[in-house]
Amino acid sequence: MNGMSRIVKTITSIVFPFIMIFGLYIIAHGHLTPGGGFQGGAVVASGCAMILVAYGSVWTMGKIKEKNLSILESIGAICFIILAILGLGFGTVFFKNFLVGSNIIFGIVPSFGSTISNINTAGVIPLMNFAVGLKVIVGLFGIVLIMAYASRRRDNK
Amino acid sequence: MNFVDFLLQHSPALIVAIPLLGAFLTPLVSRINNKVRNIFVIIILLITTSIVLLLALDVFAGNIHTYIFGAKDLTLPVVRILFEVDAMSAFMAIIGSILLLVSVIYSWSFIEENSGLDKYYTLVLLLAAGMFGMMLTGDMFNFFVFLEITSIASCALIAFWTNKGKAVEAAFKYIVISSLAALFVLFAIALLYGQYNALNIAVLGSVIQFSYLDKIALVLLVAALAMKAGIVPMHMWLPDAYGRAPASVTIILVGATQASLYGVFRVCFTLYGNTINLSPTSIGWIIVLLGVITMLIGVSMALIQSDFKRLIAFSAVAEIGFIFLGIGTGLTLFANNQMFGLIGSTAMSGGIFHIINDSLDVGLLFLVAGAVYYATKETSLDKMGGLARNMKYTTIFFIIGLLAISGIPPMNGFASKLLIYESTFQLNPILAIVAILSSIMLLAVFVKVFHSVFLGPAQPKFKDVKEVPKTMLFAMGIIASIIIIFGLFPDLVINNIVEPAVNALINYSEYIRQVIPTFTGGF
Repeated sequence: MNGMSRIVKTITSIVFPFIMIFGLYIIAHGHLTPGGGFQGGAVVASGCAMILVAYGSVWTMGKIKEKNLSILESIGAICFIILAILGLGFGTVFFKNFLVGSNIIFGIVPSFGSTISNINTAGVIPLMNFAVGLKVIVGLFGIVLIMAYASRRRDNK
Repeated sequence: MNFVDFLLQHSPALIVAIPLLGAFLTPLVSRINNKVRNIFVIIILLITTSIVLLLALDVFAGNIHTYIFGAKDLTLPVVRILFEVDAMSAFMAIIGSILLLVSVIYSWSFIEENSGLDKYYTLVLLLAAGMFGMMLTGDMFNFFVFLEITSIASCALIAFWTNKGKAVEAAFKYIVISSLAALFVLFAIALLYGQYNALNIAVLGSVIQFSYLDKIALVLLVAALAMKAGIVPMHMWLPDAYGRAPASVTIILVGATQASLYGVFRVCFTLYGNTINLSPTSIGWIIVLLGVITMLIGVSMALIQSDFKRLIAFSAVAEIGFIFLGIGTGLTLFANNQMFGLIGSTAMSGGIFHIINDSLDVGLLFLVAGAVYYATKETSLDKMGGLARNMKYTTIFFIIGLLAISGIPPMNGFASKLLIYESTFQLNPILAIVAILSSIMLLAVFVKVFHSVFLGPAQPKFKDVKEVPKTMLFAMGIIASIIIIFGLFPDLVINNIVEPAVNALINYSEYIRQVIPTFTGGF
């Protein structure tokens, strides 16, 4: 796939940061508002896919290697499982939410009833959201990138 | 608390978690070296197998294990994700782990020359996680999730040889059937959830009423899982998928098929166990009839095949018919206490013993077919001949597989088929006659194959064919030795492994009481 016109490229460059911020917000606030790792990851990946469409797959492939994407994807999944296994180590059972009630990170237990949402809550759930988000971003983007790159020849010839 | 107790307590979670962790570590490990990656995968599966055996030893001693994810204690109503391992689950997990380990050892040389092997091993380990999840879970929705994981991983593995267009076609057929089956299962789960507000198998089993909607759910579940197991009217995907996938994948697919079979039995005996008195024997008879049709059509189609792996695939279909016949006979007599004690429990032992025998026999034959393909690059039976001169060990393994699959003593197939013949003859003589006829036809099929592949004059084009590498022979040797041991000491296997599994299926109230201690139904 070749790149598109200069107008499209400029608009893409302007809109891209906003999409990134929105997607990362959905991932980070997954435990407070609707959404989570998968949904936010899909938003970020679609922002990356927009870059791919505007600038063309050959340009994008020059910037990002598919192998690095697959390694990042593995790391996302491994983080998720290791968090679950840490529940076995620090807590009592697999998937135990061992950070809740501790004062380390995301450790506050909010008071019952209607409160102002506090991001520093919910224990391992935000961390798992980050892991899933990473996996979905690179996974979806990797699929789109490879499909675009594999179909590029028809455009050139 | 020492380490073994710790492992045992957490084993149901670890059996799924370790292959899953291994699957995602494989792409990273394979950056180092191919050999390191192969050793890594084998070690991951060895650890899993040893945990499975540890768990199975404890479960066969009479303890049902439950494992609650994310919480120490169970609170009612059950909303937690729950794994529940009784002897039947442990029995299936043993089969799965044997097949996976053998497949990975076999893969070392068999697909060495292919590219994309890090993805292959990742998918194998994902398939392992899905299979073990299906076998160990105690939750219907969880079962559906693991069913989907298994389907997607199997589909990608069937299409592993993408340069051959037919493999892609087979994978497409498989994913269509699997998605359809998964949707059926999901719909059935929704029907049950809508009525009883529960997804846990034990909770559902304790409150199920056998209402009109429950009957629809039962039909959907049995139809969908039988579709995934390759029962005859829905078997068309199986010969393609088994025939086109690499042999090392086919042997794992046999295990994945058995996991779906396990689903049928779990649904019929545990989920609907409490209502079995309300339903006349119809569901049992339906399963018996499906089994009989499956046997007959499987062997008759196998007789006319000319492709080596496709032929074995059709005989695998027939073998699943035997399992359905045995366990269906048990289900037919389940409500009738006296008759069940006389015939039903024998039939159930035969059927469940045949699950492990079928996976070993068919698995060995697929590995032999893969070895012949590896050595000659030929799958058509018409073009082969005289290979016994070049590949003597492979020939011996084929003979062992041939005798075992057609139920000839002293191989393991004889023991389980004899139990099935004896008990079904007392239910209805025609069933036993059809079963014996199918078994004889299986012998005819494989004698034909033996003659056309291994016997006959030496062919000049196969002059340079050599015996396959040692790792492949070792993998086949593992299965062949298990077959012979099971054949020589069937009573040991039946008393120690099969009987606990049969009792676990029959005593569904034990399974339910593990979650709901106040449950009083059942026998």
